Amino acid sequence: MKRPADALCLGVESTADDFGIGVVTFNGQIIANSSSAYIPEEGGIHPREAARHHGAMADKVLNEALTNAEIRARDLDLIAFSQGPGLGPCLRTGATVARALSSYLNVPLIGVNHSVAHIEIGKLEKKAVDPVILYVSGGNTIVSAFDAGRYRVFGETLDIALGNCLDVFARAAGLKHKQGMPLGAKLERFAAKGKQLLSLPYVVKGMDISLSGLLTAATTLLKKGVYRLEDLCYSLQEHAFSMVTEVTERALAHTEKKEILLTGGVAANKRLQFMIKSITDEHEAKFNVVSRELAADNGAMIAWAGVLGYRCGLVTPIEKSFVKLRWRLEKVDVPWVK
Amino acid sequence: MGEVESSRLLKKGAEASIYVKHWHGRKVVVKARLPKKYRPAILDAKIRRYRTIHEPQLMHEAKKAGVPTPTIFLVDIENSVITMEYIEGKQLKRILDQISEKEREEFCFRIGMLIGKMHQQGVIHGDLTTSNMILEDNNKIFLVDFGLGEKSNEFEARGVDLHLMKRALQSTHYHYAEKCFRTVIKGYSRVLNVEDAKRVIEKTREIERRGRYIDERKQK
Repeated sequence: MKRPADALCLGVESTADDFGIGVVTFNGQIIANSSSAYIPEEGGIHPREAARHHGAMADKVLNEALTNAEIRARDLDLIAFSQGPGLGPCLRTGATVARALSSYLNVPLIGVNHSVAHIEIGKLEKKAVDPVILYVSGGNTIVSAFDAGRYRVFGETLDIALGNCLDVFARAAGLKHKQGMPLGAKLERFAAKGKQLLSLPYVVKGMDISLSGLLTAATTLLKKGVYRLEDLCYSLQEHAFSMVTEVTERALAHTEKKEILLTGGVAANKRLQFMIKSITDEHEAKFNVVSRELAADNGAMIAWAGVLGYRCGLVTPIEKSFVKLRWRLEKVDVPWVK
Repeated sequence: MGEVESSRLLKKGAEASIYVKHWHGRKVVVKARLPKKYRPAILDAKIRRYRTIHEPQLMHEAKKAGVPTPTIFLVDIENSVITMEYIEGKQLKRILDQISEKEREEFCFRIGMLIGKMHQQGVIHGDLTTSNMILEDNNKIFLVDFGLGEKSNEFEARGVDLHLMKRALQSTHYHYAEKCFRTVIKGYSRVLNVEDAKRVIEKTREIERRGRYIDERKQK
């Protein structure tokens, strides 16, 4: 094994159902990104069960990441972890792993904001400079852009997240989550075969959206049992995606920026990508979408956000490494962005 | 539509393109809701038609309540085009950062009063931002862009409206957003009766608490 010339950061991600460990070099090369997903037998994520999964899999995922990176643990120079926002038991499991590594290896620890990490990994991969960001996942639906030291939130969901809306519907329709095949991807396959657009609520309030009424209406139609599942999935996606696209375009027009970055788990959806690309074409802006591997929650993005913070002199002493369940994006200083 | 194309594009917004042209000897704004390619044609037509019909009605209602809004001259539902009065002035967004604190407070108070009058009339704006407020050259504040508005007397709808105002201040005028919003509320409370104003403000807090990752939720 030979040690890469550049310094190395290991990132631990455990905000929700994925436990991930990634390794990146200080100049932004991803050399490992391993993960394991907790898959509930039924229903959504049970925080305690998910945390139990993370604890049980931590060792295996860590070893896999180190093996793939072709390094030893003592080659690491920095340990980053997802400090929030997310589910308490899951976050605490990841934080424990990170603290243990940091003190055992005697290298600095840095807690990073999960939302910031999703944005920064997209910017790194696509070389985006100053985009309007649409961050859509199971837990978040945020339209933001950088201004004066922070990512400012221009719009978000007033109730449930986009990924959550799609997942809950998919479960109600009897679709099952499998390793490597998230519910959203299954729903997307059905939606692609949809033909008839059913009438559903479309709720845009300024740059905010509301999805809970849409979910209820779609579920009600599903229970009637008279519509094709393909048409239901298609109609749900078209309405929900049109809403987020409209508010993203609104933010683009408002900020007059020239780039969009689509990131987070739902960014992997091809139909959503098409819609967002369509508005960038219309406004002569550049379209960036994070790759499928980096769209979902992963350790590499945490490691990279850790590097960015560390290079600005940020570290998190153990006594301040408690997890922050409700750490909002606009509360985080990002001194590395100019 | 030929006439629209020959005029000057003032702003390519997200929802509509705004043109300025001369029409029967007047300077007018032509707001054209052009088809959006990203959404299905049926949904797109439905949204554009709905907003084109409702926007002029809401502007008219707001005007009745004493809230300055551009006068509507023509509504072309077929093409989703509205022709209205051109207001000579500047967007409040552009000037709020360039005036003294005292002037800013005065504007915020007046904005609050306008929102109060509008809500009293049962009109919800739906997109209260400082980009949608125009300070006319004779110092009158006009509210524009009612495309996302609705007719409602519900406290929930009013609460969301104020929440959007706050959000817009926080994202665009973050240095003094909190203070500005407090002054907006003062103006708002001046117009509505105290009981109603209290209920709306409490609703706004409740809406914020419903949001994601809000610290206040911890206490519940």
